[in-house]
Amino acid sequence: MSSPSSRGVKEAVARGIARRYRSERVFRALGFGALLVGLGFLAFFFYTLIGNSYTAFQQTRIRLDVALDAAVIDPDATRDPEKLRGADYQRLAREALNALFPDVTARADRRELYALLSSGAGIELQQLVMNEPAAIGETRTLWLLADDDVDVLVKGHAPRDVPEAERRVGDKQLGWLTTLEDRGLVELRFNRYFFTRGDSRDPELAGIWGATVGSFFMLLVTLALSFPLGVATAIYLEEFAPRNRWTDLIEVNINNLAAVPSIVFGLLGLALFINVFGLPRSAPVVGGLVLSLMTLPVIIIASRAALTAVPPSIREAALGLGASKMQMVLHHVLPLAMPGMLTGTIIGMARALGESAPLLMIGMVAFIVDVPDSPFSSATALPVQVYLWADSPERAFVERTSAAIVVLLVFLLLMNAAAILLRKRFERRY
Amino acid sequence: MASSTLLFVVVGLALLGYYLARQRAVSAAVAAGPRSFHSLPGYHGGYVALWCALPALTVLVLWQVLEPVWLRSSVLDSLPQTMQALPDDQLGLVYNEIRNLVDGNFVTGEPSPELAVAAERYTELRASSRNVATGAVLVLGVFVLVWAYRRVRADFRARNRVERAIELLLIAASCVAILTTIGIFLSVFVEALRFFRQVSLLDFLFGTSWSPQTAIRADQIGASGAFGAVPLFTGTILISGLAMLVAVPVGLMSAIYLSEYASRRLRAYAKPLLEILAGIPTVVYGYFAALTVAPLLRGLGESIGLNVASESALGAGLVMGIMIIPFVSSLSDDVINAVPQALRDGSYGLGATKSETIRNVVFPAALPGIVGAVLLAVSRAIGETMIVVMAAGLAANLTANPFEAVTTVTVQIVMLLTGDQEFDSAKTLAAFALGLVLFVVTLALNIVALRVVRRYREQYE
Repeated sequence: MSSPSSRGVKEAVARGIARRYRSERVFRALGFGALLVGLGFLAFFFYTLIGNSYTAFQQTRIRLDVALDAAVIDPDATRDPEKLRGADYQRLAREALNALFPDVTARADRRELYALLSSGAGIELQQLVMNEPAAIGETRTLWLLADDDVDVLVKGHAPRDVPEAERRVGDKQLGWLTTLEDRGLVELRFNRYFFTRGDSRDPELAGIWGATVGSFFMLLVTLALSFPLGVATAIYLEEFAPRNRWTDLIEVNINNLAAVPSIVFGLLGLALFINVFGLPRSAPVVGGLVLSLMTLPVIIIASRAALTAVPPSIREAALGLGASKMQMVLHHVLPLAMPGMLTGTIIGMARALGESAPLLMIGMVAFIVDVPDSPFSSATALPVQVYLWADSPERAFVERTSAAIVVLLVFLLLMNAAAILLRKRFERRY
Repeated sequence: MASSTLLFVVVGLALLGYYLARQRAVSAAVAAGPRSFHSLPGYHGGYVALWCALPALTVLVLWQVLEPVWLRSSVLDSLPQTMQALPDDQLGLVYNEIRNLVDGNFVTGEPSPELAVAAERYTELRASSRNVATGAVLVLGVFVLVWAYRRVRADFRARNRVERAIELLLIAASCVAILTTIGIFLSVFVEALRFFRQVSLLDFLFGTSWSPQTAIRADQIGASGAFGAVPLFTGTILISGLAMLVAVPVGLMSAIYLSEYASRRLRAYAKPLLEILAGIPTVVYGYFAALTVAPLLRGLGESIGLNVASESALGAGLVMGIMIIPFVSSLSDDVINAVPQALRDGSYGLGATKSETIRNVVFPAALPGIVGAVLLAVSRAIGETMIVVMAAGLAANLTANPFEAVTTVTVQIVMLLTGDQEFDSAKTLAAFALGLVLFVVTLALNIVALRVVRRYREQYE
C-alpha cells in the first residue's frame, strides 16, 4: 500500500527518533553527572577532612616515673609559690627519661633523647606541683607529653622505614622510641590541650580555645550592632519609608553592599576604624565592627522578607482598634516577624563566623598565645587560626588544621540547625 | 570618671527618669481618672528617659572624640621650641612616648626631663578634662531630667513625641547602609589617590611588571618598585575563568537536572546537600586546595609528563569553581523555574523531546537570568580571597598557562597589608588602589547583572 518514498520517510523518522532519544539520554546523563560532580566533591571533601582530623583529638604521651626532687624544685623548703613556679621542671622530666636509658651518657645523645619530650612536659609537672605542693619529694608515675615529631611518628603520619635524612626523627631517637613502645610506655591519650589552650609554636601545645573565645567576642560585637540596626532599617524601609529617591538610594545601597567582596570591608576597617578612629589592631571589637557592616545587608534583607510575610489584615486590625502606627508595628507586626528576623540573623552570624579575609586586613593574623579576656585584647578567630595553621610547616599542624575546621563546621552546623528549627517551630501560614 | 562609668551613670539617670515620670503619671491618672491622660504612663516615662539620655550621650560622644585631639595639641604646645620644630612623624613618636610614660608601660631607659614634664602636664590636663566632662554630663542630665519631669501632665502628648523620636532613630539606622558605602568609597579612594600621586595611573593600569617593594635606603639594589598591575589582572582573570569553566557547566547542568528531571525526593535531598557547598567557609576551601588538590594535580601532571607548579592557577581555579557551583545552580534554578509551563507544554505538543525543549525553549527563555547569575558568580570569583591566598602563588607572572603559578589582585592586597606597614609608602597604598579597582569592577558587574535579571523578569510578570 505504501509507496517507496513514504517508507523512506518513515525509516528516516524512525532513525531520527532513535537519534533524538539517544541525545535525550546523553543530556539527561550529563545533568546527572553534573549533580554527581558537586555531591561527589562534597563527599570527597568530608571524607578527607574527617580522615585527616580525627587523630588530632589524641596525642602521644610517655609513661615516666618522675622523682619530684625537693632539691631541684624547692632547695630552701620555703614552699613559696613564686619559687615553685620558677623551678626547672623540664629537668625532672628529662632525668626520669634518662633513668630509662642509663647507657645514654654522651652530651649530644642526651640532647637527642630529651627531644623526645615536649616542653609541655615541664609545664605539666609545674602545674602538678603548684596544685599539690605536698607531692614534692615523692615519685609519681605520670603520662608526660611527647614531642610533636614523636606524635606524628606514633600516629603513623610519617614513615619509619625511610633513610634518616628523610625523617624528622633520628635513628637513635627512633630506636629509643621503639624500645619505649615495646615496653608499653607510649600511649595515645585524649588531647585536652587542643580544646583548652591558645596558639603555640609547638603543635602538641597548640589549641583552639583562644581563637574560639576571639570568635565569640567578635560575634558578640557583630550581633549587638547588626541585629538592632538591621531590624530598625528593615522596619523603617518596610513600614514607614515613603517611596522616594532617598529610600530607593538606600535600597540600591543595601543590595550592592551585599555583593561587595569581603576583603574590601577589611580595607574599610583598616583605613577607618584603625587609622582614623585609632582602635587597637588585632582586637575582636574591630573585627566585630567590620563583620557587622558585612552582615547588616543579610539581616536587613531577611528582616524585610519577614515583615512582608505578616499579612496586612493584622495591621488593619491594630489600626482599627485605635493603635498608633508605631504601636501597630512594635506590638503586633514585629513580634510576628521576629522568628523570621532571628532566622536571618543566625544565618548572617554563621556567615560572619566563617569569614576570614577582612580579618587579615585588620591584624587578626598575629600570633597570639594568650586567651583573650575582653573584646579589646588581641585575639585571633577560628577561621584565621585555620589559615595560620595551614601555613605552618610542621606535619603535626596538618591534623590540627583539619580538626579546627571540623570544630568550625560543627559550630556552623549548630547555628544553621538552630535557624532551621526556629523556622520550623515558629513558621506561620496565614 | 572614666567614660564607661559615665555611660553607666547616664543610663542609670535615664532609667531613674523613666521610673519617676511613670510613677508621677500613674498617680496623677489615678487621682484624676484613667481617661484624663492623653498618653499612657509608659510614654511619659519614655519621654523623660529619652531627654535624659540623648543630650548627655551626645556630649559624651563629642568629648570622647575631641578630648584626644585637644590633649595632643595642648601637650605638644607645651614642649620646648626645639622639639616642636620636629617633623610631624617624629613629633608623633614623641607624643607616643609621652603617653607611654603616662600609662606606665614600655619605658625604655630614663625619660628626658622635657618628656617627664610633658607627661605630668598630660596627666593634669586629662584629669581636668575628665572632671569637666563628668560635671557637664551630670549637670545636663539632671537639669534635663527635672525639666522633662515637670512636663508630665494630663494633656501632654508624650506618645507622639516618643514615637517621633523612635522614627528618627529608625531613619538614622537606615542611613548606616549609605554611610557604609560612602565610608568604603572614601577610605579606599582617598588612600588610592595618595598612591596615584606617587605612581601614575597609566603605569598602574597598563604596566606589565609588578614588584611592590620600596627602597629603605636610597642606594639599595632593586629598590625601584614596579607597580604595573597587568599581571595581577591577568592572573585574576585566569583563575576566575578556570573557576567559571567548572562552575557554569556543572552548576547549570545540575540546576537543569534538578528542576526538569529529578524526582521530588531526589530534589528534596540533593538541593540542600549542594547548598552545603555554599556554606563552607572559604578558608576551608583554601586549605583543601593547598593541601589536597594541589599535590593531587602535581602528581597527575608528573604521571603524564607535565610540569604543574605546586601553587598552580589550575588548583585554585578548580576549587573556586566548586565553591561557586551552588551559587550558579540556585540562581539558575530560580530563573528556570520562572519560565512558564505553557512554553514547555507548547514545545511538547509539537513533538519535541524533553532535552530539545530544554535546549531550544527553556534555555533561551531563561538566558538573560542565567547570564545575570553567571555575572554575579564572576564578581564573586574575582573578589574571592582566601582560596587564592592559600593556593595561588605570590609571583606576578604574566602567563595564560594554567599549570603555572599566578597571583591575583586579592592575594596582593593581603600580602601588602599583612605584616609591617607604613602608611605613606607606595607599597601599602598600592593595596588600596587594587582595592579600588576590585570595588569598582565588582560593583559594575553587580549592577549589570541585576539589570539583566530585572529586565528579564518583566517579560512574564
